[in-house]
Amino acid sequence: MNTKVKIAGVEFKNPVMTASGTFGSGMEYADFVDLNKLGAVVTKGVANVPWEGNPTPRVAEVYGGMLNAIGLQNPGIDVFVKRDLEFLKSYDTKVIVNVCGKTVEDYLEVVEKLSDEARVDMLEINVSCPNVKEGAIAFGQNKDALFDITSRIKKVSKKPIIMKLSPNVTSIAEMAKAAEAAGADAISLINTITGMKIDIYKRKFALANKTGGLSGPAIKPVAVRMVYEASRAVNIPIIGMGGIANAEDAIEFIMAGATAVAVGAMNFHDPYLTEKTVDGIEKYMRDCHVDDINSIRGIVE
Amino acid sequence: MTKKIKKEAKVISQKLLAEGIYDLWLETEIAENTHPGQFVGVYTVNKAALLPRPISVCEVNEDRTAIRLVYRVVGTGTAEFSLYQPGDYMMILGPLGNGFPLDKAAGKRVILMGGGIGVPPLLETAKKLNGAADVKAVMGYRNSEVFLSDDFKKYVDLYIASDDGSVGTKGNVIDAIKENKIDCDVIFACGPMPMLKGIKAYAKENGIKAYLSLEEKMACGVGACLGCICKTKETDNHSHVKNARICTDGPVFDADDLDM
Repeated sequence: MNTKVKIAGVEFKNPVMTASGTFGSGMEYADFVDLNKLGAVVTKGVANVPWEGNPTPRVAEVYGGMLNAIGLQNPGIDVFVKRDLEFLKSYDTKVIVNVCGKTVEDYLEVVEKLSDEARVDMLEINVSCPNVKEGAIAFGQNKDALFDITSRIKKVSKKPIIMKLSPNVTSIAEMAKAAEAAGADAISLINTITGMKIDIYKRKFALANKTGGLSGPAIKPVAVRMVYEASRAVNIPIIGMGGIANAEDAIEFIMAGATAVAVGAMNFHDPYLTEKTVDGIEKYMRDCHVDDINSIRGIVE
Repeated sequence: MTKKIKKEAKVISQKLLAEGIYDLWLETEIAENTHPGQFVGVYTVNKAALLPRPISVCEVNEDRTAIRLVYRVVGTGTAEFSLYQPGDYMMILGPLGNGFPLDKAAGKRVILMGGGIGVPPLLETAKKLNGAADVKAVMGYRNSEVFLSDDFKKYVDLYIASDDGSVGTKGNVIDAIKENKIDCDVIFACGPMPMLKGIKAYAKENGIKAYLSLEEKMACGVGACLGCICKTKETDNHSHVKNARICTDGPVFDADDLDM
């Protein structure tokens, strides 16, 4: 049975990854999960300098999911390299570092600093966070801006690049094509869907930021549809995510066209979920006589 | 640090303590390593509600095989919890956070101050400090619907404040310590933010060390998502910004370290 998948020349032992921002750098979940069993750890977004993030409340539960407006709080690239990458050196899993910035130059600075880090296998470029005022999603909602930032990052990066796309667009296919045309090695989707919750007793927004990103099982059908549409539009590999709660959900994304998948908000529901998803995919493959995980990619008809 | 686990816990008993306040004992191996001021994440079976509810541990039994949760019904999750009966199972995650720094209280005059649903975690604290420090407890309630007062009296002298004056001092916990002229060196407190702010100011004026247990909307409960931060005066050595994680670095903080 083969569970290995390949993206831009990088081989992953299985297609299960962590969705950026839901897993830290793996440290907090190492109590629960054997990180060595995962295809990759995708770390929380890191910028060139530390970011404070948004005021609280930053999270709110909604039916079948949650809203978050953390605002990409992060300790900055220097601390990240010294502490988080160092921590990950003792594990046998691939490392994908999620990169965020306010300006293109911010992104380039982080990408350059990570280019020579041996522990980094790929970079995921966050152009889709809905919770920061500058940067991030501003690059991910316009195909020309996406093309521009992708090609500029590709010029300086020695690591393969994954562009993380926003669902808050009219045509995901157009955005996927722009990333591919600019040289992206892969795309990942979906980031969260912009949402809002109102506390009717306090007559106030549930989040200090007013809006937040919706994640969790509530968004899975939207995510599956977008992965399907993107996979039909481009030839580069896709990492699919959005509300994955078990191995069946992961298989669904793979059949829609994803090469790999990421478990996100549901880590908060079940801290063991990433490892369970790895085991569950193997069980599915045994039960359904699938010898190679790559053989069911995009197989939906 | 103690390993956190998510595991089923068996309901031993549940009863109504006061209006909307429930008293639940759970048999769980998490009890073995739970310290005063720590909390657990409690999961609903309702699949539409995916986040664990953070609830402080009120007491650990002598054999360290069970924990007591005293909680207020505030929404769908806690409403579901209130329906559980002996023999039922609930999924819990814990132990979470760092509790009250009992070593800072040893041999000192200590006041435990709780407000509303901030009262419960101070009971285990009172139990553990009993004999190790000169401890008094001052608990604030909305009205005559007081709870846990008999439990506190087993270990410490108890003073009560109520918003409507129906029990004890009319007013808040600070009013109660002033009225009863209670001096102390250290305060351990848990309650709503306005009360904690008042305690911080009172402690500063009077040269008292205060340790405050904070609350915030949480998601992961284990320090990964950065949902439940509080502002700190100095750059925190985990976040490298002036934010600390309530779930992991707290929930108990030295009041002097907080920007509130």
